[in-house]
Amino acid sequence: METLDFRFDSKPAGSAAAPALCGVVGSGNLEILIRTGDDPAACRLSIKTSARGFADTWRAVLGDFAATHAAGGTTIAINDMGATPAVVTLRLAQALAEYRGGQL
Amino acid sequence: MNAPLARRSWFEATARARIKGLLDAGSFAEILPPAAAEPSPHLAQLDLPGAFDDGVVIGCGRLAEKAVFVAAQEGQFMGGAVGEIHGAKIVGLLRRAVEEKPAAVLLLIDSGGVRLHEANAGLIAISEIMRAVLDARAAGVPVVALVGGSCGAFGGMGIVAKLCSAILISEEGRLALSGPEVIETVMGVEEFDSKDRALVWRITGGKHRYLMGDCAMLVDDDLAAFRAGAVAYLGEHSEPPPSLAELRASQRRLENRLAAYGQLRDGLEVWAALGVADPQSVPLLERDELVALKEGLPT
Repeated sequence: METLDFRFDSKPAGSAAAPALCGVVGSGNLEILIRTGDDPAACRLSIKTSARGFADTWRAVLGDFAATHAAGGTTIAINDMGATPAVVTLRLAQALAEYRGGQL
Repeated sequence: MNAPLARRSWFEATARARIKGLLDAGSFAEILPPAAAEPSPHLAQLDLPGAFDDGVVIGCGRLAEKAVFVAAQEGQFMGGAVGEIHGAKIVGLLRRAVEEKPAAVLLLIDSGGVRLHEANAGLIAISEIMRAVLDARAAGVPVVALVGGSCGAFGGMGIVAKLCSAILISEEGRLALSGPEVIETVMGVEEFDSKDRALVWRITGGKHRYLMGDCAMLVDDDLAAFRAGAVAYLGEHSEPPPSLAELRASQRRLENRLAAYGQLRDGLEVWAALGVADPQSVPLLERDELVALKEGLPT
């Protein structure tokens, strides 16, 4: 297992009533938990992944997410079992939409 | 019921989606939600990522207006296997049921049994669940197992299922003690070929379990069908007080069953012995046809 921590600048997501959970820790999948963080202009992420050695890929995928979505003011925790970058991107968007109260 | 496109598969759904489809809309309140729960410390020690809810979702809700407690195992996370926290959540829910007396506790089982990574902690968790199920039933709270996930109900969770007031199962569901792979590993492929999927289902699958009387109801692989089945079962069931006479009668039934079918090698042979005229047709029957077949069998 590898533990990775990132912080990216991101536009404020606005406040949400409750944390949101998306996905399942299964083969090729991951779960994402979004909570309110303390810095409204930044998105903090901590990842536990079964696949070692992919820190650069995570940085690229998560940086892209923080740049294209308003995810500031959130703390995101991820448990990963080898999800591909495409699955990670999809789940992040899904989790953020749920966090802001949109039903998916 | 016959429009496949309108169905929402129980087998394919996650634990959370099953709860949502089972209970009255918007009634579920989760206990120890992911943001408040702890992942397994044992998995972290083994350098494995855990799940925030440790693979089981517990909480309170309503089923057709009745207050019920629910625990749903997530089969995609480590095969729904029971670790220390996972087990403690189920035990806590059952103990709370003894005090609060909901109309029922619904166990949405999808599990291969003990989480081997957690060894003794997992084994103890299973035995605590067994005791807690019996305590809840002794307090008059029915405990109903719903089995239709990809991992079935095996190992310790197979025992837990059989300790419940009743089991509702789908054709896709499986129920047994040792899983096919375990039996093949220990006894050899001549004893049980775990790669033979049809054989596995003829021996552990929902239709066989229903024909044998191990499960109270056979339902379609559909969220709405499981809901309707649970509502119907709770509508007519009241939990009887524990009785030694009933336990003895149950023991006799099991002894008779072992004597009658113990030498048979395949579900096909068992069904023929049960009085099914065309055993080969059983795997192809629709749910309603199979229920009609069972009701027509000699008792």
